[in-house]
Parts: sequence; structure tokens; C-alpha cells
Amino acid sequence: MRIAIERRPYDSNLMKYLSPVLAIVLTLISGGLIFMIQGQDPWAGLYTFFILPVSDSYGWSELGVKAAPVLLCAMGLSVCYRANIWNIGAEGQLLMGALIGSWAALSWMDSSSSWVLPAVLACGAIGGLLWALIPAVLKNHFNTNEILTSIMLNYIALNLLLLAVHGPLKDPHGFNFPESALFTDAVTLPIIMEGTRLHLGLILGLFAVATLWVVMARTFLGFQLKVIGLDASAGHFAGYQQRRLVYFSLLLCGALAGLAGISEVTGPIGQLVPSVSPGYGYAAIIVAFLGRLHPVGILLASLLMALVYMGGEMGQIDLGLPLALGSLFQGMLLFYLLACDFLISYRLRIQPSVKPMAFPDTSTGVSQ
Amino acid sequence: MDIELLTNILFAMVRTGTPLLLVALGELVCEKSGVLNLGQEGMMLMGAVVGFIAALTTGNLMLGVMMGIMAGMAMACLFGVLAIQLRANQVATGLALTIFGAGLSAYIGTDYVGQGLSGFQPFIVPLLSDIPVLGKVLFSQDALVYLSFIICIVLWLFFKFSRPGLMIKAIGESPYSATAVGLPVIPARWIALLFGGAMAGMGGAYLSLAYTPLWAEGMTAGRGWIGLALVVFASWKVERVLLGAWLFGLASIMHLVLQGMGASISSNLLATLPYLATIVVLVLLSSNQSRSRMLAPMSLGKPYHPAG
Amino acid sequence: MKSFIKKAIVSVATAGLVALSTLSAAVEKPLKIGFVYVGPVSDAGWTFGHDEGRLEMLEKLGNNVETTYVESVSEGADAERVIRKLAQQGHDLIFTTSFGYMNPTLKVAKQFPDVKFQHATGYKRGKNVGTYSARFYEGRYLTGVIAGHMTESNVIGYVGSFPIPEVVQGINAFTLGLRSVNPDATVKVVWINSWYDPAKEREAAESLIAQGADIINQHTDSPAPVQAAQDKGVYAFGYDTDMSSFGPDAHLTGSMVHWGGFYSDTAKAVLEKQWKAEDVWGGFAAGMVEMAPYNKAIPEDVVAQVEALKQQIADGTFAIFEGPIKAQDASIKVSEGTKLNDGDILSMNWYVEGVEGTLPN
Repeated sequence: MRIAIERRPYDSNLMKYLSPVLAIVLTLISGGLIFMIQGQDPWAGLYTFFILPVSDSYGWSELGVKAAPVLLCAMGLSVCYRANIWNIGAEGQLLMGALIGSWAALSWMDSSSSWVLPAVLACGAIGGLLWALIPAVLKNHFNTNEILTSIMLNYIALNLLLLAVHGPLKDPHGFNFPESALFTDAVTLPIIMEGTRLHLGLILGLFAVATLWVVMARTFLGFQLKVIGLDASAGHFAGYQQRRLVYFSLLLCGALAGLAGISEVTGPIGQLVPSVSPGYGYAAIIVAFLGRLHPVGILLASLLMALVYMGGEMGQIDLGLPLALGSLFQGMLLFYLLACDFLISYRLRIQPSVKPMAFPDTSTGVSQ
Repeated sequence: MDIELLTNILFAMVRTGTPLLLVALGELVCEKSGVLNLGQEGMMLMGAVVGFIAALTTGNLMLGVMMGIMAGMAMACLFGVLAIQLRANQVATGLALTIFGAGLSAYIGTDYVGQGLSGFQPFIVPLLSDIPVLGKVLFSQDALVYLSFIICIVLWLFFKFSRPGLMIKAIGESPYSATAVGLPVIPARWIALLFGGAMAGMGGAYLSLAYTPLWAEGMTAGRGWIGLALVVFASWKVERVLLGAWLFGLASIMHLVLQGMGASISSNLLATLPYLATIVVLVLLSSNQSRSRMLAPMSLGKPYHPAG
Repeated sequence: MKSFIKKAIVSVATAGLVALSTLSAAVEKPLKIGFVYVGPVSDAGWTFGHDEGRLEMLEKLGNNVETTYVESVSEGADAERVIRKLAQQGHDLIFTTSFGYMNPTLKVAKQFPDVKFQHATGYKRGKNVGTYSARFYEGRYLTGVIAGHMTESNVIGYVGSFPIPEVVQGINAFTLGLRSVNPDATVKVVWINSWYDPAKEREAAESLIAQGADIINQHTDSPAPVQAAQDKGVYAFGYDTDMSSFGPDAHLTGSMVHWGGFYSDTAKAVLEKQWKAEDVWGGFAAGMVEMAPYNKAIPEDVVAQVEALKQQIADGTFAIFEGPIKAQDASIKVSEGTKLNDGDILSMNWYVEGVEGTLPN
């Protein structure tokens, strides 16, 4: 008797959707154990972390505020990952969106015209798009690995943002402190629920969810992306223009991440500051995977991720738990998910003699 | 620029480059076997925090380094279980490792932030340290820096002349043909991966025990990613990793040195230089497609499914 | 030790029955006070200093107050939610301890007019928002005087965080003190664009030492520059807290902040319903700035000179920014007999003579 790993003849659809649920359950169990190690009642800990943040309507609205930027970034990333393009640069694209958008907002904020806000948002999207254009061009024309270039560009974007906020975009009446002037109402996102901070950014995110759902499920473009993602050479044989798809997915992701960035500064923050993002672009990577690269899944996953962030704050305020628990849970969630995903294509069988089938798999490789 | 200033800058260059060198050498071996582990940052952070706590509680720096290495290897084990055994996507697993390592290290290090210990002191090599300039730069450093030199030489010899070295290269090129000629693909990948974890852990411990002997959340500040870039920068060659790590070290201190000299370039702009340099080198290396194909291990990042 | 602090964190302070009998009679339920910190409480620098202040207040006011703190709160969109949460949970007085919380504090204060807010190092106030800061530059002048006596290379390295007035004041005061006893000495400044980044602070300190600096001063929050100085065998000044344990030989002294007195006074004022939204900017006189223990390497007559100056600054007989003060290009910036007022000091964006390099704008 031994436990045999056996490849399923077909990928299990059930496991595909069960796996994230299983991962969440495992994370909750581990979370409970950690609370016990911390000397807390595990139920009280889990309650404070996952229920208390959304125990009132204001909490729900804040969940939306926190989820909006992650949702936008993750939607963009999911398109990239479906096409097997490993963009890690959503963070930098978000920051560039915030930077370019803020520059536009500061230049036009005294105007009373109603096109100012849409123009500012467009500038934010373009900022992210242009930043994503760099890895796209380098990948298409210089064969450069997008993982490394997009990571490097994150650091460069952060420094450019700091440069701007310490220099040209600094509030002239702000005593040299590194932040821009407060945005006027003309360039501030409208609040969609009175008395909260819930802003238009969430609507933009939901719009992206709906649009991409249709695009991926119903259009030829979506089909092409999926085929390229499954097997680049198959797509090549079918005559798809791989370069065009690289441009499409990276630029789309850049634009969405840029939109997330400008929504943050013109929304809840209200000015350009050095710390626009506490790592939304990285959290979005987890969210994209957790949501199975599916728009609805990503929506749910982004809400969960926002809850983990807020739970970390609650745990600190109410129970004095260390703040790091939040990011610990994020990492665990992704680990469990990856482990559970094994059960999509394989099953475990306690059997003595059946030999597993072997399939060389070239689909998930990384081209250098 | 006078000779003393030059010596001092080169000395700081070697020091600053050492953590990069350690982590990049580990990742180089790992990638040679076909495993792409993007979790360097997470492994380094764990090495840094565990090494620091061990050294602080026992008062023994070497023990701290050992524990840092163990922590890096433990993290690599996690990666191995998922990416080698369960054949999960290596990119996603590596990212998970980085996020998890950042969280876990911050969590276990909470009580140790702001504590100090007396870190590794320089060990002046007799005679060699009397060589002008080079003596100060290369032979007045601490023990871990010397260790990094030794590991460089050993790895260079390993890949150049030894059978296991060639074996790892063959496995990285094509695990399936390697299996066909009877090479143990899975065990070899595990060993390469664990070596990578150990080196990243040591790189982290270097930061928390020698470079800035204290623990601070996220203190690796992207060095794990730079280590990854360095491997590509060096086109998978040991001697070029050494050169690259020192160049990076130089780039990251030069912007501070230039400020001290009164240069009025923005410090933020100067701080982007190492990252820009990496991108430029990546482009130069990869633009020639056939050449870059030859340099990178062919199976890099692809899970290996053993035949029954 | 740490777990002890943790227990004290969220909870009711059971510490001593330290007087205030008049108050405890009048107060039925304790005053709830919230603290928002930008770093971890154990950072050995800025946040640690504020938390020491909180603990001192707990000890002084005993059962009359209870405190909550939230650490490592990002200065972005999260700050407003955290501050709001504290206000919503019935905290009567909230200290937001970093500059980046200025606008979020004001936004929340508008929604909670009955809650009192105190924002550190900012310049915007409201009906229920006061500001407070310390005259760090007073301590820095004294470190300058010590440096002037101790330097041999006549080059002092200064690790700066951000080129904001608070830091520029410090550099200028330090340089004035330095050159008051040693007119040939100069100051090299390196900006690292961060308050807390040990590796970068260390690299900055090392690059300054490489360029001939034999004393390192810092306006960043980690002890890494002191460690670098210790390893390289040069002197250093700490900041925020007593950093001598990180470099017993190198650490000459340092200008430390002391918030405990201010926090206790503010809480008392709220308890007695005497609180007003004001701007508090205190130095030696108010006990908000203190000197760390002096290193034995400093000659006794220098210590005596420094202590005398400290007394004069405290009682107002000596003003640091009093003319004649020359700007970097040797032109007279402050003429003889005039003193800079607080407004001028608070918006300082120029270097005095003796500082090398240009001030980034």
C-alpha cells in the first residue's frame, strides 16, 4: 500500500473551484492556531480579524475602498497571466498612474469644467499604460524577460514618484514637506455613498470585471489569449499574432493599474503623497491567482484580501496582535492554494500497483 | 579623487555587494538545474531574522549564520514541496514564498526590532592586507566576505570541472534527456534548490549580523530581486556574478558618495541607476535571441513530470 | 520585558496610585487615549520615543487614563480609517505622531468635533486639532559645539532624511554650533530620502566616512549610522533616544526627544476640561528635548561649556538663530542683533555658511 499520485484524464472542474475554498479554510485553521500561539482565544481572534471589520455599514464601505485598487490591478494581471505573460509590475504601473494623474490634476484643478476629472483619470490610465509599454516593447522586440524588467520598473517608478513629490509636484505652501497640495473638488472622485469614503474607483473596478468577463468568454480575442496561454507554439501555428497579444494584455493591465493609482490619490487620499500604495500591486498577484483568473473570482478574492488588510488593523486595535499577521495570512493563502491546485490535475490514490501516466508539460514554462 | 578615497569606496563596494553575491550565487545554482525560484527575497528575510535572533539569544555569531542558513533552507523546502513535488507553477510559488517570508519574518521579529548586537568584525589577513589598495579592499573584510570569495571559486571549479556540476547543467537543459541517460533529476533539483535557500539565508544573515547588525522589517529592501536580476545579468556564469554583484554594490553607494562630494543630481534619480543598469544589460543580453537561448538553462521554470 | 509592554498596550493601565487625588475623585471613567504610530514601537527611534512618552503618561496619571496604540500605520489611505476607527471607538484624545497624518487627522476631526486631536510636526490646526513638536535644533546646536572640539579632520558627516525645514534647522544649528568653536570645520550632508532604512543609513554613513568625515551626525531614526561609526572607529551622535548601546565608543551624545511630560500635561488638560487647540513647540525649557549621556571621551571643560549653553538656551539668554548669520555664499542672511522668529525658523530652506552641497528643492 502506498499513496500514488495519479494524473487525472481530464482536469477536475470541481477541484478548480473547490481549491480556493479549501485554501481559505486551511488558512482560517492555521490562523486559529496562530491566535492560540499568541495566547488569544482562536474564535475571538478569527472574529476580530474576519467579521468585526465588516460588522457595520461603514466597515463594508471601507472594504470597498480597500478592495478597489487591488481589484483593478488584479483584473489587468489576470489577462496577462492567461496569456502566460508574467507581469509583476502592477505596483509600478499603479504608481506611475498616480504620478502622471496627479500631475494632470494639479495642473487643471482650478478649472471648473466637467471634463477635468475624466481627463485626469485618463492621464492616470495613460501613465500606467506607458509604464507597461516598456516591458511590452522589450519583450516583443528584444526578447527580454518581462518578469525581471517589470520588477525593476517597480523600483524605478517608486523613485520617480518620490522625486516628483519632493520636487516639482510638492505643495508650494507646504514648507518643503514631501506631499502635493490638496486636490480641489473638481479633481476629486465623487463619493457614491453619502457619509463614507466609497468612491467611483470601485465602480470602475466593477465595470472592468463585467467588460473583461464578456471579452474573455465571448470574443475571439479572449479565445486567442487563452490559446496562447496554454501553448504558445499552438497559437503560433494558428497564425495568431503573439506580439499583438503581448501588447494588448500588458497595456490593458498597465491602464487598469494606472487607473487604480489615480483613483487612490483622487479618492481616499486626496493628494499625492510618497506612500500611495502599501503594496496593492503585489497583493493583486495573489488575488488574481486566488480568483482563478476569472473576473468574478477575482472580485471575491479582492474583497477577501481587503478584509485581511482591515482585519490586521482590527487585530491590532482590539487585541494588540502584531500587524505582520496580515501579510502572513496573505502568503499562507497563496501557498495553500498552490498546494490544493495540485488536486486539479492529479489525484491521490491509496493503491498498490497502478502506475501513474506521464505527460511532459511545457505549458507553464518561462521563456527567457 | 585621491587614492584613499578610492580605497574606501572600493572597500564599501565589496561590503555592499556581498549580500547580493551570496543570494545570486545560490539562485545561479538553482537556475542551472532548471528551477526558477522567485522567493529569494522571502528566504533572505527569514535568514536575516532567524540569524539575528539566534545570535542575539546565544551570543554566538557563527551559530546565528548557521541558523540563518537553516531558515533559508526551510523556506526552500516549502518551495520544493510545491514546485518540485506538487509541480505547481514556479513563478507563482516563488512569489508566494516572497510574500510569506516577508510576513513571517516580520511576525517572528516583532520583539527584536531595535535591539542591537555587536556584529562581525573585520579580520585583517596578515601580509595580504599590506598590498596597497587591494589589501584594504579585499583582505580587511569580515569572515563572511571571505567566505563569499571561497564559494565563488568552489562553484566556478564545480561547474567547470566536476561531474556533478555537468550533471546539474544537463538536467537544467533537458530533464527528460537527463532521465533517459539515468541522471537523478528530482534529487538533483532538490539539492540545487536547498543550496539556493542556504545561500539566500546566509545573504540575509550577512545583512542582520554584519552589514547592519540589527533587525528591521523588510530590511533586505529588494536585494533578493536584484540577486535574481544579477543571475541573468551574469548570463549564468559564476565569475560574472561576482563582477556584477560588486558593480551593483558600487552603483548603490556611488549615489551617496556623489552627494557627499556636492553633486547636485537628485538622489532619487541616482537611486534608480542600479535598476536601470539591470534593464539595459538584460536587453543587451537577450536581444540576440539565439545567443540568449544558449545561455539560459533550457528547462528553466518548467515543472518536471517524471515518467512512471 | 516586551510581553510586559504588550500587556500594557491595549489594556487598562493598572500602574500605581500616583497622586492626582483631586482628579480621580471627579472622574468616573478613565480618559481613553489613542496613539497612531508610523513605525514599529520597538524601532529604537522615533516611534519608540513616542511610546516611551505614552508609558510615562500611564505611570503619571494611573487609573485616570487608558491607552490604545496602532503601529506601522501607512501614511496613505489607511491612516484615515485607523484614526476614524479610534475616534469611533470612544477615544477622547488621539495623538497622531507623524507628519503624513496631517490631512487625515483634520478630515476625521471634522467628523468628530468632540474628540480632541494632537498632530505631531504638522502646521495645520483646527478647532479640535492641536499640533506639537520639539525644538530638536536646540540639542543639535550643542552636538555641534562638541563636534567642533572633537573633530580632527574638520569634516563632519550628516545623514539627512528629507530636506524639510525641521531637518534643515538641525543642520544649520549644528553647523553654527560647530563653527562657533571651530571656524574651519565643514559639514557634508547626504540625503537618503527615508526616515528609517538601516542599510541606506549605514551606506550613507560609510560613504561620508570614506570622504574624510571623522564624526557622523544623523537625522534619521535607526541606530545604523552609530553602528557604522563604531565599526570604523570614528565618533557619532545619536538621535531620538539614547543610542549609546549601539556604539559605546563612538556615541558622543545625542539630542533626544522626551514626549512624556507633554503627553501627561495634555491628558491632564483634557481631564480638567482646560484643553485648547494650540501649537506647542518646546525645547530644553519645556523638557521636550534632552541630551543623551555624555561619552567619557569628551573633555570635562567641553561638557561644562555645553551644559552652560544648555542652561542659557533654556532660560532664553542665548538664541541660536541670532545674527550675524552668514548663508552658504558668505552673504549676511541674518544681520547682527536680529533674531529669527519662529515663523522664519519653521520655514527654513537655506543653509548657513559651512554646509557643503546644495539644498535639494
